[in-house]
Amino acid sequence: MERIKLFIPLIIFVVLAAMLYWGLGRDPNAMPSALISRPVPVFQLPALGGLNAGNTSAADNNATVADPGEVLDESIFLGQVSLLNVWATWCVSCRVEHPYLLDIAETGVRIIGLNYKDEVAAAQQWLAKYGDPYEQTIVDAKGALGLDLGVFGAPETYLVDHLGVIRYKHIGVVDDRVWRTSLQPRYQLLRDALPEADK
Amino acid sequence: MVAELGHFALILAFCLAFAQALIPLAGTLTNKPLWIGTARPLSCGQFVFVAISFGCLVTAFVQDDFSLAYVANNSNSLLPYYYKVSAVWGAHEGSLLLWALILAGWTLAVAMFSRSLPADMVARVLSVMGMIAVGFYLFMLFTSNPFERLLPFPPMDGKDLNPLLQDIGLIIHPPMLYMGYVGFSVAFSFAIAALLAGRMDSAWARWTRPWTNAAWSFLTVGIFLGSWWAYYELGWGGWWFWDPVENASLMPWLAGTALIHSLAVSEKRGLFRSWTLLLAILAFSLSLLGTFLVRSGVLTSVHAFATDPTRGVFILAFLGVVIGGSLLLFALRSSTLGATASFSWLSREAGILLNNVLLVVTLAMVLLGTLYPLVADVLGWGKISVGPPYFNFFFVPLGLLLVLAMGVGASLQWKRQGTNRLRSLVKAPLLLSPALAVLWLLLAGWSLKIAALLGLTAALWLTLITLQDVWKKSQHSHSRRVGLGRLNKSYWGMVIAHLGIAVLAIGITLTSNYSDQRDVRLVIGEHIEVAGYGFLFHSVEQVRGPNYIAQQGRFDVFVVGAEGGDGANLAIKPFTHLAPEKRRYLATGNMMTEADIDGGLFRDLYVALGEPLGDGAWSVRVYVKPYIRWIWLGAMMIALGGVIAAFDKRYRKTRVDVKQPSVSQQSEASPILAVAKKES
Repeated sequence: MERIKLFIPLIIFVVLAAMLYWGLGRDPNAMPSALISRPVPVFQLPALGGLNAGNTSAADNNATVADPGEVLDESIFLGQVSLLNVWATWCVSCRVEHPYLLDIAETGVRIIGLNYKDEVAAAQQWLAKYGDPYEQTIVDAKGALGLDLGVFGAPETYLVDHLGVIRYKHIGVVDDRVWRTSLQPRYQLLRDALPEADK
Repeated sequence: MVAELGHFALILAFCLAFAQALIPLAGTLTNKPLWIGTARPLSCGQFVFVAISFGCLVTAFVQDDFSLAYVANNSNSLLPYYYKVSAVWGAHEGSLLLWALILAGWTLAVAMFSRSLPADMVARVLSVMGMIAVGFYLFMLFTSNPFERLLPFPPMDGKDLNPLLQDIGLIIHPPMLYMGYVGFSVAFSFAIAALLAGRMDSAWARWTRPWTNAAWSFLTVGIFLGSWWAYYELGWGGWWFWDPVENASLMPWLAGTALIHSLAVSEKRGLFRSWTLLLAILAFSLSLLGTFLVRSGVLTSVHAFATDPTRGVFILAFLGVVIGGSLLLFALRSSTLGATASFSWLSREAGILLNNVLLVVTLAMVLLGTLYPLVADVLGWGKISVGPPYFNFFFVPLGLLLVLAMGVGASLQWKRQGTNRLRSLVKAPLLLSPALAVLWLLLAGWSLKIAALLGLTAALWLTLITLQDVWKKSQHSHSRRVGLGRLNKSYWGMVIAHLGIAVLAIGITLTSNYSDQRDVRLVIGEHIEVAGYGFLFHSVEQVRGPNYIAQQGRFDVFVVGAEGGDGANLAIKPFTHLAPEKRRYLATGNMMTEADIDGGLFRDLYVALGEPLGDGAWSVRVYVKPYIRWIWLGAMMIALGGVIAAFDKRYRKTRVDVKQPSVSQQSEASPILAVAKKES
């Protein structure tokens, strides 16, 4: 028994190494969410006001940085197909996907940000520094909406249809491959199904 | 030409390392003194050639040889010469070369300062270090050669060094960190040598201790410089972000801290032997893991492996051989190192055991948090970041416990401590520390927060009990001065390091509880008041640096309330100016925020320039951070303590003591240090 105990560190290491080996070059799979085909949970949270350097030109932005801004609720998803992107400044992977989000936002994709368990000031600084791909950013400082959504960790991206129903969930970084293979086809399908007037 | 020379020297260094890994070890197995004797000359040779190779790469950078892919990607002709030199370790390939150079340096140091050790021990230690070096040279030569050419069409100019790295902190931070990481290879090699020889006694622990202390002090300085750099360069105003790169350096530090303490028990009492060996293996394994995780970019962008699978496979294979191999050896051989002593649950041994348990639990939680995103990725849960909330949740209570336990533990006696004496030991500090904590906050004029009181009480408790211990131990019949003079350097090292922890804890507590931070939109001519200081936005000018153009803001800082001023009265004379910059680097077009800080022992004033908002308005970030310098002051004291302890006379004296034909004979004479040689 005494001797077997000495093997414990080795066993732990072997398990870890096996995992790392398995992970080499492997692609992450999207994980299904319990909320797929269900509406976005009800919420009432503040919007991240202030420095929307990406969307509004600097000159007509008279709001001070500390401006609490308006209150958002689940109705912002109605009428348009949107992506809901969960991010935070403490999340390194979010930093990785950020430039790509800016790219797809430029092509006209509507992205709503969910700033998850973060400091407002840091988040504003981040958007000012790296650009703002989000049409609106919901401030979820306590992670309440995150909890309702079943957020696993940042980043996560939800595809929400024009009725506010979650249709798909991607966990992890959105990059060119993820976008082209899993998100964009579904996004396009939903867009095509929209009534003409809403397009 | 220089590059080819460097490449060739690297290959020669690899060949010598290969010989160093094999011949001396084979000599100890077959008992050939001549083979054993090759360990030292081979180490010297290896160092000379890797130094030549490193010198060649530095030359290539200084001469702007953009035909080298590595130089072209990480330098630029406009870069000042000192950044050209530091750019050598600005990315993957060069860092590995620096790593190899430092490893060869430590190997050389062991070869030179081990005259007193038995020849077979030195041979084993140097062989193991040679094996590690072989792995690094192979990795470099096959997957990450810094001397690769971009021929026949070299670029006209380089892509420039990442602006974040163009900073004095980054010139010395990586070498310091690597000195620490690689320094643990010495303790590791000693541990493997002990396992190979089936022999580990108090002399072994005595040899290992100064090396471990030295490495640990370097690592402490490295981490402290990294934190300092993040504070003033990143423009985010924090000093620790729980970012994977930081965690990668914190983990070996935690293991190293546990090792230093466990080594003390192994030396003084012959206990915790297997545990000490395991910690020595762990500290270096985590250093390797840290270097690779950071350098390969596996953690920050999980794509690095996928884009270059050969690198990933090589890294993993190397980790597997080094860590897996040493843990296997540990499992097979460490039971032969019996221990024969007991201690009561109220003794210094028990205190150190508690310290080790707390440190290892902390380590496990940092490791889990750091690797969780990776594991999640492997299991197909996607790419996830674990944020500061997780780390703070565990780290704060564990750290608090550690600080509380540290004071008592260090004052306890070996073997057994009487409960009466313990009571007299803790009485005064126990009563005084909460009272002083309250007084401190009241005098500073801050609100009494529970978290601040707890942290401050713990830190004061540690300070008082440590000083009380010095007072008691320095009692002497003649005079206090004689008594203080008799305390050895080991003891002073411990005292200074522990007081450093207290200073660090005070800094962390007060900064995180009483910092004031504002993000505002300011028009030139406007001012803002934060925590009693006024910041007047004076002007913005364009200035030109060697390889960048900057918008430089100017802020006049004054004390609100001085000379009857309430902020409206701006005629008050400012006591300092701050000039934060927004830089655009010419080669890459990268924007960088350069904060300006007015530092002080009791508070830092920090201004960072954000984005221009038009009409002369800027977004500005202003911080007032009390006591933040104490964090780095404490870290420096901790490192200093490690250095002082490493210079204890005891370690030098051993050179004379140990000059006997066999160490095992000497140790068998002492019952506590008896080595159970029951080779099965």
